Amino acid sequence: MSEEMTGAQSLVKSLEAAGTETIFGIPGGAILPAYDPLMDSSIRHILVRHEQGAGHAAQGYASATGRVGVCMATSGPGATNLVTPIADAHMDSVPMVAVTGQVGASMIGTDAFQEADIRGITMPITKHNFLVTDPADIPRTVAEAFHIASTGRPGPVLVDVAKSALQADTTFEWPAELHLPGYRPVTRPHAKQIREATRLILESRRPVLYVGGGVIRAAASQELATLAALTGMPVVTTLMARGAFPDSHPQHLGMPGMHGTVAAVAGLQRSDLIISLGARFDDRVTGNLDSFAPGAKVIHADIDPAEIGKNRHADVPIVGDVREVLLDLVKALRLESDAGNTGDYEAWVEFLSGVKATYPLGYDTPADGALSPQYVIERLGAISGPDTIYTAGVGQHQMWAAHYVGYEKPRTWINSGGLGTMGFAVPGAMGAKVGCPEATVWAIDGDGCFQMTNQELATCAINDIPIKVAVINNESLGMVRQWQTLFYNERYSNTDLHSKRIPDFVKLADAYGCVGLACERPEDVDATIEKAMGINDVPVVVDFRVHRDAMVWPMVAAGTSNDEIKYARDLAPQFDEDDL
Amino acid sequence: MSKHTLSVLVEDKPGVLARIAALFSRRAFNIESLAVGPTEHPDVSRMTIVVDVEGTPLEQVTKQLNKLVEVIKIVELDPTMSVNRELVMVKVAATVETRSQVLDAVQLFRAKVIDVAPDAVTIQITGNSGKIADFLAVLAPFGIRELVQSGQVAIGRGSRSISERSLRPVTVPVLPANAG
Repeated sequence: MSEEMTGAQSLVKSLEAAGTETIFGIPGGAILPAYDPLMDSSIRHILVRHEQGAGHAAQGYASATGRVGVCMATSGPGATNLVTPIADAHMDSVPMVAVTGQVGASMIGTDAFQEADIRGITMPITKHNFLVTDPADIPRTVAEAFHIASTGRPGPVLVDVAKSALQADTTFEWPAELHLPGYRPVTRPHAKQIREATRLILESRRPVLYVGGGVIRAAASQELATLAALTGMPVVTTLMARGAFPDSHPQHLGMPGMHGTVAAVAGLQRSDLIISLGARFDDRVTGNLDSFAPGAKVIHADIDPAEIGKNRHADVPIVGDVREVLLDLVKALRLESDAGNTGDYEAWVEFLSGVKATYPLGYDTPADGALSPQYVIERLGAISGPDTIYTAGVGQHQMWAAHYVGYEKPRTWINSGGLGTMGFAVPGAMGAKVGCPEATVWAIDGDGCFQMTNQELATCAINDIPIKVAVINNESLGMVRQWQTLFYNERYSNTDLHSKRIPDFVKLADAYGCVGLACERPEDVDATIEKAMGINDVPVVVDFRVHRDAMVWPMVAAGTSNDEIKYARDLAPQFDEDDL
Repeated sequence: MSKHTLSVLVEDKPGVLARIAALFSRRAFNIESLAVGPTEHPDVSRMTIVVDVEGTPLEQVTKQLNKLVEVIKIVELDPTMSVNRELVMVKVAATVETRSQVLDAVQLFRAKVIDVAPDAVTIQITGNSGKIADFLAVLAPFGIRELVQSGQVAIGRGSRSISERSLRPVTVPVLPANAG
């Protein structure tokens, strides 16, 4: 059935048909026609203060709910301000649709006012993108955009619509089916590969389940828990997968990588079989590739075939939806187990338990009674609990948040992993809170990150999005400062932000219609967090004024082997290899 | 061997060439030659890409290409099971003294003179890259004034078509993507 309407109405109707509930955006000249029918739509539009905020909010929404996040901006600068969140969503496989206005079709290519070739600009950072100049193409394009963004390996799709197409009269017809001859993601794993993987799992003596963000995107935590319980294999969860497996579980070794736990790093390094599930052997996990897990065979399961064998050779490649892979593996291993065939990992599990007990996460409390950032985050996790959604920016506070909160459930930890975008936390939390209004949402932010995107506090205060922000204020670009401490002779070039003096975060919160709190003594931490927990009508910002010399440990220096891990400055773990 | 010839069927849509070129550049893959043109199907273009895979495994190149939504199919053409051609137009100095020698070379290589001027001839030659290199080496002493060369095109031998099976329409039903 087709209806007569304008292109703008067709766009809004298409977004409704695709199931959009919320759009984060800012209007402007080229997208203006679409904002008129949006007033009459069932879609909630949240007017943000910067398009980057709209993009990160759409990411936060998508990551918290599993649904497609939608953001909207005008042409030129509106669209280019979306570039960072689009690139971020691309790196972290976040299902997102970005709708941008473009100058009128006849003006394209003339360097018109607010013209930018956003399709060209975003080609390398989108899963796919479209430029629509014919209004009749709008419904099909929107349907394709949502289909591509949400299926296979999820990712951002940009739909750039010329103003002339929005203004023209057209007919709206929602397509019954899509014709995408070049897009056929494989979701069912190959039975032969499952058999081969099963054989390797049973033969191995030192296996590790290397769990990546794909397990969360595929909603496969339950299936992962079943596999872990069935086999007893140790588990590591990457930065993108925190929460995919409970931190409290005894088989969980924690996060691997540059700032991973000693047990997780040692587990991968000394394993004889890595079962990679929706992970991509990122350099921050492997360290120097040539010396990464030298004795391990690899089973690599991913929905994106291009990830398999990209960085590390896969002995058993499995292309498929990781949930289906896990279901098939569980089925196969259960049959084997019923026939009396199970893996023998006892010595290995015991060895890793020893490593975990000997080298737990830890930090030194400063002698002068100053506040430790790790302590703040640890208490935050303990008081707010595992049902809270935590977002983070990028840097030291992000690593501490990854380690010390304690995650029990998927989609409760949302951060910028691949791109490492400072400023993600506040808008990310805003989007998560809109998607999950019942949940408590804490943005754990650094003072540097917070100053990049905190204008969205206005959006939160005005639109009843009561997020909570913990600013871990060490008045520095802390991670850069840490590297300057370790690798640049303590020459602190341009990392001092003076954020304990300027700005006054409590006043800033107040100015934005939020409640501002400050805390600088360990004995006040619990009371401050509890006070913040009690405020649920407006956003809360807590300025945790922490000491600036805390460093993130463990650490593997960039480009070195994971065997060079230090659990504190100049302290390398000693392993009793005879136990293996 | 580090050079491979890929036949890539793509949807004939604006920007698809830019996508492929940008992918090669972004992933630091080397393109030796790229030729693009229409096929027997009006909606489908075919690219012949010669890639130099010294640094990156061919598998990674084809997998990344396959991720592009508008790429329908990629086939690597085995040099022994396919024919490939390039076209060159070359303007060579040819005086009264040298013209007959130039024309001899044209005959020997089964090339063709397509334009003549008092002091130059323009020659067209088609062939594989080896033949063309040999021909240009013969012409070089006379003085090559200008040269234009097409990318390589290639096709598999025998009666089978690479587009037969891959172009069957595949449709997916539209579900509200935000439904869950």
